[in-house]
Amino acid sequence: MSHHVELSNLTKSYPTPKGPAVIVRDFNLNIRKGEFVSLIGHSGCGKSTVLSMLAGLNPVTAGGIILAGKELVGPGPDRGVVFQSPNLLPWLTAFENVLLGVDQVFYTASREERRDIAEYYLTVVGLGESMHRRPAELSQGMRQRVGIARAFALSPKMLLLDEPFGMLDSLTRFELQAVLMELWARNNITALMVTHDVDEALYLSDRIVMMTNGPEAFVGEILEIPWERPRDRRQVLEHPDYYRLREHLIGFLNVRAYTLKGLTPPGGDAGHGPAEPAPKATAPKPTEPAPIQLEALAA
Amino acid sequence: MKLKKAVETLLYPLVGIVVSLLVWQAISGGVTTAKSPSGEMEEVRTGLVKDLPGPAVTWERTRKYVVEPFAKREELDQGILRFTWYSLLIVAKGYFIAIVVGTPVGFLLGLSRMFTRMFDPIIQVLRPVSPLAWMPLGVVLFSGAGRSANELGALFTIAVCAMWPTVLNTAVGVRAIPQDYLNVARVLKLSRTKTLFKILIPATLPYMFTGYRLSLGIAWLVIVAVEMLTGRIGIGNFLWNEYNNGLYTSIILSILTIGVVGFLLDRAMSLLEQRFKSI
Repeated sequence: MSHHVELSNLTKSYPTPKGPAVIVRDFNLNIRKGEFVSLIGHSGCGKSTVLSMLAGLNPVTAGGIILAGKELVGPGPDRGVVFQSPNLLPWLTAFENVLLGVDQVFYTASREERRDIAEYYLTVVGLGESMHRRPAELSQGMRQRVGIARAFALSPKMLLLDEPFGMLDSLTRFELQAVLMELWARNNITALMVTHDVDEALYLSDRIVMMTNGPEAFVGEILEIPWERPRDRRQVLEHPDYYRLREHLIGFLNVRAYTLKGLTPPGGDAGHGPAEPAPKATAPKPTEPAPIQLEALAA
Repeated sequence: MKLKKAVETLLYPLVGIVVSLLVWQAISGGVTTAKSPSGEMEEVRTGLVKDLPGPAVTWERTRKYVVEPFAKREELDQGILRFTWYSLLIVAKGYFIAIVVGTPVGFLLGLSRMFTRMFDPIIQVLRPVSPLAWMPLGVVLFSGAGRSANELGALFTIAVCAMWPTVLNTAVGVRAIPQDYLNVARVLKLSRTKTLFKILIPATLPYMFTGYRLSLGIAWLVIVAVEMLTGRIGIGNFLWNEYNNGLYTSIILSILTIGVVGFLLDRAMSLLEQRFKSI
């Protein structure tokens, strides 16, 4: 079995009085086992919709999702979800929040074993000292650590991350990215992360999937990030290809996310009127088929 | 700073009480002797509200109820707190029924659209009905119960009247549970029972306690009416008897006692409520 996760012709639309509003149309993506894939795109393009369909929290309109050979129907603890706000239950301690899921998944294990699992993951994310505190007594960053521990503690078949570090300051974000990397590598978990942070995507991902603007968003391009793991943040930043790849992603977000949909990018036609969309000509590879290999870029 | 706070929390209310007492004294009636046109001395009633006893007179005549608050001289002549205690006992029972019935009904209303559609109109119609209207029905319903008919009727009335704030606040609380918490339950595939006890109830608790506090207030309001109608011994019944005896000072004492007890109950409940809100 080559693909661990297959999203085929995934479509989401909502009925409106004027006919269905299509958010995502024919979204196709295959993910290998153990791969870390990021999904980037402008806010509102539907990337979170794709993720919540995978999580089973948002019903699929058309198309389907296969995870480990089985079609997904509804939510379940085989997918660990890390939400943008950690969604901890405020009346439970950090430990109890993690244990709630562990109890659910490892119901055959003994009480002691389950407590050990929760404790282990909380210690790994750096909360060994404060796991018996309530969320209100934890900082934003610590709460998100709990969220990560809770997702990993389920030993899920797949990890879904919805802008997990979007609400954190940059120092905390770097710390948590490293924590996530470490856990991900240790558990060999397949992960899909929604983000709009280009540097975060570059540091964490094996592949970066770029989504066009919505409505009716689809996969615009896919970028392979072939750097070896484990990655060191400084080495990544100093890599000769880093800025080339970064430019490519930003070029997509600024220009091709629009032009692939036949739209005019903002700022590109100030005062020129709607005639020929000027940036189309300046876009480096407007019709380059996905995926784009690193070699092609380096040439 | 500390002094300012002490002034605000202690001195100001004290000033308010003194001012109220002065106003009370000023408008209340009194008796003086004056020389009539015929030359004899006779009693003359004075004051803005001639039948309203002033604070001093009230204290003088009702003191025996206050200084021995738990005394029992005769069936209808007992200390004021003893009367209050009888009332509190029956309120506690009725209130207990109200929240035991009201909480699950509130949960059903909050959880099920269908249940809301079915029963919300009926609840909205029954809710504004006065305890005075429920009481006769309660007595009739339990008239077969012999000696305890009065008590059961009273419990019925208190429970029915006090239930609504619990029902409605619980329903609002359940509907206000953030989708995020429900998503946690869905992602983890928690069973219905686990979802109820781990998520729904804890998330609704602050609302439930607001309902419980308001319900207790109503239960205490209802007791006076219930005792007046049933003749059960208690603070409301005491008030009514003394009215029939023309002892207006006792009415004032009863009103003040009912007010103070109601205030203390509300404070106690709101402390409890704060505890749950702080989570």
